[in-house]
Amino acid sequence: MTGVPAGRTRPGAWGGLLLRALFVVALPALLFTLWWLASDDSTDVYWPPLRTILRTFPDVWTRARLRADLLPSVLRLLAGYALAAVAGVGLGTVVGSYRRVRAVCEPVLEFLRAVPPPVLVPVIMLFAGIGDTMKIVVIASGCVWPVLLNTIEGVRAVDSVMSETARSYGVTGAARIRSVVLPSASPQIFAGLRQALSVGIILMVISEMFAASNGLGFTIVQFQRGFAIPDMWTGILVLGLLGFVLSVVFRLVERRVLGWYHGLRDSSRRSP
Amino acid sequence: MHASLVVSGLRKVYEGSGRRVEAVRDLTFTVDAGELVCLVGPSGCGKTTLLKCMAGLLAPTSGEVLLGGRRVSGPPPGMAFVFQEYGRSLFPWMRVGENVELPLRQKKLGRARRGELVADALESVGLADAAGAYPWQLSGGMQQRVAIARALAYEPEVLLMDEPFAAVDAQTRADLEDLVRRLWRERGITVLFVTHDIDEAVYLGERVLVLSASPTVVQEQLKVDLPAERDQLHTRVSPRFAELRTRVYEQIQAAKRGEPAVEDVPPPR
Repeated sequence: MTGVPAGRTRPGAWGGLLLRALFVVALPALLFTLWWLASDDSTDVYWPPLRTILRTFPDVWTRARLRADLLPSVLRLLAGYALAAVAGVGLGTVVGSYRRVRAVCEPVLEFLRAVPPPVLVPVIMLFAGIGDTMKIVVIASGCVWPVLLNTIEGVRAVDSVMSETARSYGVTGAARIRSVVLPSASPQIFAGLRQALSVGIILMVISEMFAASNGLGFTIVQFQRGFAIPDMWTGILVLGLLGFVLSVVFRLVERRVLGWYHGLRDSSRRSP
Repeated sequence: MHASLVVSGLRKVYEGSGRRVEAVRDLTFTVDAGELVCLVGPSGCGKTTLLKCMAGLLAPTSGEVLLGGRRVSGPPPGMAFVFQEYGRSLFPWMRVGENVELPLRQKKLGRARRGELVADALESVGLADAAGAYPWQLSGGMQQRVAIARALAYEPEVLLMDEPFAAVDAQTRADLEDLVRRLWRERGITVLFVTHDIDEAVYLGERVLVLSASPTVVQEQLKVDLPAERDQLHTRVSPRFAELRTRVYEQIQAAKRGEPAVEDVPPPR
């Protein structure tokens, strides 16, 4: 078959990969070095030398502590995020599909979206208590907006010709949603999911700063209150690392699910 | 797999924000079972509106469309549609094979039968080994072949084609025209082919319907008495071809000026 490109790997691809890896690592390495040098002879209690922070790290983040504090945080984040993703995509599909529903919902959605989710923590505490449910609800209530609004836009923007093609071939109802509407909206849905991920991490920490007995946010606040400043800094490092790992995982999933979209964009860029 | 297509008294008026646009005034014509009819008309003459009404994608203001004697009220299962915009009609997130298969899943066909139909349809359009590619990895002409394969696999009684080759280059276009002729002769499907290209209409059709400018009526019907075996080289230079295309051309010019059909032509049925 002409016109069908073979696999992506070519001779020399390893060199390119190495170069790319170098680009990725270069700036973090530089910033790390700067931090190291700038803080090296610091005597400020609140700005301990990076060396001290790193030396404290293994003592603080033992296997037991990871299980006791990091794991609950991550589980709550994932639960809230998943809840928001399902609700956002589901609701967004309904709102995006019907003009009337959209006209009714849009002002309300814009208002609710404008309320900063951390403000809701005390409110949510009133009816969801101070346990895991409260934290999951807080995370979900913040994550849902970018997913919802992006899904609405994506569903609205389904190409008219594609839509008519589906109709003329009897692809309607659930099959239409599954095979046409959601895939077509998926680039926007993923944009929403990406935003939601960073919102989720923020809310995970914030929700744990209120009335919590474990979790990353709780631990960091505990260290700060106990003037264990280097320990507090290690918590912040863990938080950064967690965000980084999650975004890498997200990108892997996105590449897989949206492979067609990147291919399509590349091919239309080559031949406008 | 034969069915006739009858359009009677079709009228479509678009109404919106105080404006009324009469796109199609009064259209009546028949496409016999197993016939290949080409529809030409000046640009903006409501061809697409007509086709969408026939495909059940748009409800006519009055009049009706009958497919094999049954009134069309929504997209009928015995009808397949090939759109002009192949790039927007194929789903870019599905591979070629999946694109062809999707309508068959809706028909609740078994897995084995679907596989057979997909393979056979792709084979017919000369893309047997492209099933695993994505549409956007193919050239424009190939993409339109995939769209045709999808229509074939659907096993329609009637195939509607809306200016399918308007966006491909001239050589590809000639190939695709021959493909349509061949498939029509092999499979005996009723085909209604809409185009704005007069040569294409005369080359492909057994009959050419010339539409007037909007609000649309049938300006003229013309039987194409060229031999059934046609080829790009000889058919297009035959004197009869030239006569027919002149005839159609005159009618379209008359239609653009808003005149009634040119003289010494039998009035529309």
